Amino acid sequence: MEVSGVGTDRYHFGMSQISLQKPDPRDFLDIDSLLDDEERLVRDTVRDFVRREIDPHIGGWWEEGVFPVELAKVMGDMGLLGMHLEGYDCAGTSATAYGLACLELEAGDSGVRSFTSVQGSLAMFPIWEFGSEEQKQEYLPRMASGELIGCFGLTEADSGSDPSSMKTNARRDGDDWILNGSKMWITNGNLADIAVVWTRTDEGVRGFIVPTDTKGFTANEIKHKASLRASVTSELVLDNVRLPADAVLPEVSSMRGPLSCLNEARFGIAWGVVGASRACYEAALDYSLERVQFDQPIASFQLTQQKLVEMMVSTQRANLVALHLGRRKDAGTLSPQQVSFGKMDNVRNALDVARLARSVLGANGITLEYPVFRHMANLETVYTYEGTNEIHTLIMGETITGIGAFD
Amino acid sequence: MQVTVCVKQIPDPASPYQLEPDTHWLVRPDEQILDETDRYGVEMGLQLAQENEGTVSLVSMGPAGSMQGIRQALAMGADEATIIDDTELKGSDALATARVLGAAISSKGFDLVIAGTESTDGYSGVAPQMLAEVLGVPCLTYVTEVSVDDGKVTVHRQTDAGYDVVEADLPAVIAVTAGVVEPRYPTFKGIMQAKKKPVETKTVGDLGVEVDVDQIVTSITDAPERSGGEKIEDEGEAHLRIIELLERKKVI
Repeated sequence: MEVSGVGTDRYHFGMSQISLQKPDPRDFLDIDSLLDDEERLVRDTVRDFVRREIDPHIGGWWEEGVFPVELAKVMGDMGLLGMHLEGYDCAGTSATAYGLACLELEAGDSGVRSFTSVQGSLAMFPIWEFGSEEQKQEYLPRMASGELIGCFGLTEADSGSDPSSMKTNARRDGDDWILNGSKMWITNGNLADIAVVWTRTDEGVRGFIVPTDTKGFTANEIKHKASLRASVTSELVLDNVRLPADAVLPEVSSMRGPLSCLNEARFGIAWGVVGASRACYEAALDYSLERVQFDQPIASFQLTQQKLVEMMVSTQRANLVALHLGRRKDAGTLSPQQVSFGKMDNVRNALDVARLARSVLGANGITLEYPVFRHMANLETVYTYEGTNEIHTLIMGETITGIGAFD
Repeated sequence: MQVTVCVKQIPDPASPYQLEPDTHWLVRPDEQILDETDRYGVEMGLQLAQENEGTVSLVSMGPAGSMQGIRQALAMGADEATIIDDTELKGSDALATARVLGAAISSKGFDLVIAGTESTDGYSGVAPQMLAEVLGVPCLTYVTEVSVDDGKVTVHRQTDAGYDVVEADLPAVIAVTAGVVEPRYPTFKGIMQAKKKPVETKTVGDLGVEVDVDQIVTSITDAPERSGGEKIEDEGEAHLRIIELLERKKVI
């Protein structure tokens, strides 16, 4: 072994060099070095926003069961809403930058990330992708600024993993459309100014932009949730809602419409949960170094170190998966099945990390003074929404065997 | 109106600062962030430029590195930046800094120069005053509010008791305090555009200015450990004892 000429921080060892630089406990694999300046600046901006506007208040919001809707304007000013869409006053960032923003938001809270996922990927994206030029001009700039809030209605009380079994329907009446049915588990439902609602019609599955003040439309907030409490979840009821012909999204009339939106949102979730996972790991790391039992920090015990390392490894690995998906999405080579990989694996890992972190924090771990239990409870929702863990497993199962197990 | 904002890239205060063992100078990593206090100057500059149809130029001295901090200010909305990056300037004191910034600013022209009150890594707190002297213009300090009208700048200068209203003819230098305007977040559109905005890197030679960097840090000592403070156990009366303590310290 010889000391190389460039300094004392590297050794030549055979053909390769070994760095003597110790890894950062908070970014063990130096994933940061895989980002470019622009991506780092987006990341730092959202991290700063979360540190200032979310972290100090989130425990209280979660306990009270409220989402601070006034944040929509601040997010709009930053360009967070529909940030990865081009044109119509959207920022037009890369998919990777969007993923990084989701990660930082969810390090704050899954509910806050859910708000932006729904606004950008589920409400703005279908208008951007399947809407008419007039619809885009009318809605997208005001949604990007946070002036208009959107929600997305696909799931129904009896139609979850099997969305094509939906009952909500639309029929033509002269030039107009009449919508009937109900949608369930709709994030932002009671906050929304417009709802993108998917219905069955004689012409296939079609999407409608429904202003929430239209006669016959009601949103009922779902209370008593033990998860995602800093987020509004609603039932939407459509009772003979009459819409003009130009309310329908013209460019799609099949399940491809809603499924392509979900694919966008799931991509953001695969990233977002890495943030929740990181927050739990860091809370556990900090706590274990300060908490003294048997006259020593609990971080000095082998069982605790094992937990910390499991959490660190899991978080870093999930981050690499997310980044890989981001690079593929930006290159146009990302498949929905690969998004399933990220959604399924990253969410379950984050949930495991949250539970491990809770055990490190002991009794303190069950309070809202620390972020861990809140993340853990939130992740139970994230585990199920946007394609359950089971459905994503079976999508990949079908991909590797060629045999569909659920349809 | 041409507004120039002095900004500084500093090592992230979240990670502990390192000093070079021989010179006791701060080790500056490649990646530095925008000094928190400069965000207020940039925000004030952007607001003034917007009201007065002006432009905002940034000027900064120090190792450019990855320019993360400069990009942060450009992403907030500043139009362009000049960085004076020269190894000769390593270890500069406030006067050398003022001379270099002054040369860079006067070569481009200006109506109003905005600086923070003091940097978060150096804390000398005298660079704005020296800069005004170098530029030969008035200096208004501890500024909490500012307006520009009819060739004059009017400011609120914070005092122990409240504030003074002070005015000066433009061009002038003002030093703003933190926490009085709410700095905007960089926008994502701004971040995308920041790369395309003009950033000029200059050396001392380019500016044709002579500076002596002759400041020597002779020794450094660790800050004394904070003493434990006073713990008040709450048995229902704690608030009274806290009030009494604050009164004793003449805080209330």
